[in-house]
Amino acid sequence: MTSEEVAKVALLARLRLTEAEKVKYAEQLSLILEFIAELGETDTEGVEPLAHGVDRTNVFREDKAYPALDREKALANAPKRSAEGFLVPAVLD
Amino acid sequence: MSLTSLTATETVAGIKSGKFSAEEVAKAFLERTAKLKHLNIYVHLEPEVVLNQARGVDSRLKAGENVGPLAGLPVAIKDLICVEGEPTTCGSRMLQGFRPPYNATVIEKLKAAGAVLYGKANMDEFAMGSSTENSCYGPSLNPWDPTRIPGGSSGGSAAAVAAMTAPVSLGSDTGGSIRQPAALCGLVGLKPTYGRVSRYGLIAFASSLDQIGPFTWNVPDMALLMEAISGGDDRDATSIPEAVPAYSSEIEKRPEKLRIGVVREFFGEGLDPEVAAAVQETIKVYQKLGAEIKEVSLPHSKYGIAAYYIVAPAEASSNLARYDGTLFGHRAKDYSPANDAEKELPALVRMMMATRAEGFGAEVKRRIMLGTYALSAGYADQYYNKALKVRRLIRNDFEKAFAEVDFLIGPTTPTPAFRLGEKAANPLAMYLSDIYTITTNLAGIPGLSMPCGLSSEGLPIGVQLVGPALSETALLQAARLYERETDWHTRRPNLTV
Repeated sequence: MTSEEVAKVALLARLRLTEAEKVKYAEQLSLILEFIAELGETDTEGVEPLAHGVDRTNVFREDKAYPALDREKALANAPKRSAEGFLVPAVLD
Repeated sequence: MSLTSLTATETVAGIKSGKFSAEEVAKAFLERTAKLKHLNIYVHLEPEVVLNQARGVDSRLKAGENVGPLAGLPVAIKDLICVEGEPTTCGSRMLQGFRPPYNATVIEKLKAAGAVLYGKANMDEFAMGSSTENSCYGPSLNPWDPTRIPGGSSGGSAAAVAAMTAPVSLGSDTGGSIRQPAALCGLVGLKPTYGRVSRYGLIAFASSLDQIGPFTWNVPDMALLMEAISGGDDRDATSIPEAVPAYSSEIEKRPEKLRIGVVREFFGEGLDPEVAAAVQETIKVYQKLGAEIKEVSLPHSKYGIAAYYIVAPAEASSNLARYDGTLFGHRAKDYSPANDAEKELPALVRMMMATRAEGFGAEVKRRIMLGTYALSAGYADQYYNKALKVRRLIRNDFEKAFAEVDFLIGPTTPTPAFRLGEKAANPLAMYLSDIYTITTNLAGIPGLSMPCGLSSEGLPIGVQLVGPALSETALLQAARLYERETDWHTRRPNLTV
């Protein structure tokens, strides 16, 4: 992995990295990916991917309304808020 | 006999019979905790909040109420389980000041059982790590040797019990984060079957692997806690609705079948000879107890770490996307463009990028990037889908083994507790300390670590028992059978207070 690739991934992951971090992560992630490449030794022809250890699909429950989180409680941890919502930097000019 | 050296079962019995009060118990633990501050076990602990709960239990007992199976029992909580209104920070700068608006299901269950919530225990940031060195609060120290790590990521929860600052605790295990610290701190630690314990209110790391479980001194205490926290939950669609067995009354029975498989691959290169010897001794004890011992093979287990380090970071990169400075947690004050390229980005995106750069530590960033890369266009098939196929092969190995034997046995960790800083510079070396625990998370099956020896340096050694899905009763019975024959679970660290 090159530091250019790291920069691209960092943008996708919404992480600001310093130049020094890009170099360090390029080196460390390359080593980890090299290790992970051993997965290529396995024969997975015709093997179904397994996303969950315990197979369980379509869990249904009664379509019943429950009280939602109180607005004041939901807003209590907001880094920036108004009386009724979360505030973020302007999205549109 | 001091109140802090009792088991959970003894503590609850003493409180219920009026031998001592819940308040006296809470006070004893608070006093001891205050004297052991240097171990850096708790990241948040408010004595008054603890004492008020204990007094509440005492007055209910006095009024003749049935307070529940955990009446007055202090339980330390890993800092990623939501407790309403109490700081819950995942060992991260990102969640400084965060107070959840609701309780996790396990917290509701503990309260309903009469437990006293006792402090938030230190951990590796967002449960990523095997030493607690990734915590923004600095590492916890191993009570058996403070120059060493207690393991991780639930290192604070393990150290809390080992240092006798709490009689029991809760942790979470995504790749070994309960069993590894339990082994390194001389405790019993259980990673239940995936879904046995509700994950509602457990702050997510890797949702298909995460599972909450207890740390205790012995198997009866483990059964007591598991009975209280297990069960299906409408608020966690992946929880298992099957009824919870009465673990506490079942554990003294001999398991119906006792065929134990010794996993060939778990005794290979990298295993410390003292750990190997202690586990071999354990196998001999089981043999004497009439177990049928058989060698078994899990041929794909050697790919466990590689598969895990795709699956877990992939899920984490998605789960941790929510920490963007918008709804809760940290927000960067200054998000002006750091370079020319950033000038092209909208202010909202720069705010998120700066927030995440400031809020997350190095290991969390590393895993978010690894996961983002493994899921990105052009790589998902090569990495993520390949890892999921290997995950099935790993589970198939276990299924094949469990057709022949009832339990698997092996070391919990390759070595006893390592020194602070020893693996901090080498992420891959740190990852390898979970080599024997990681595959059970991928397969969704339960694993239990229990003490089985001390190294020549006086450090605890753990042995792991693994069973098929929902075999907790048999697993606890098998562990109890061993525990009755040995006294490793009664050993305590020499700590001067």
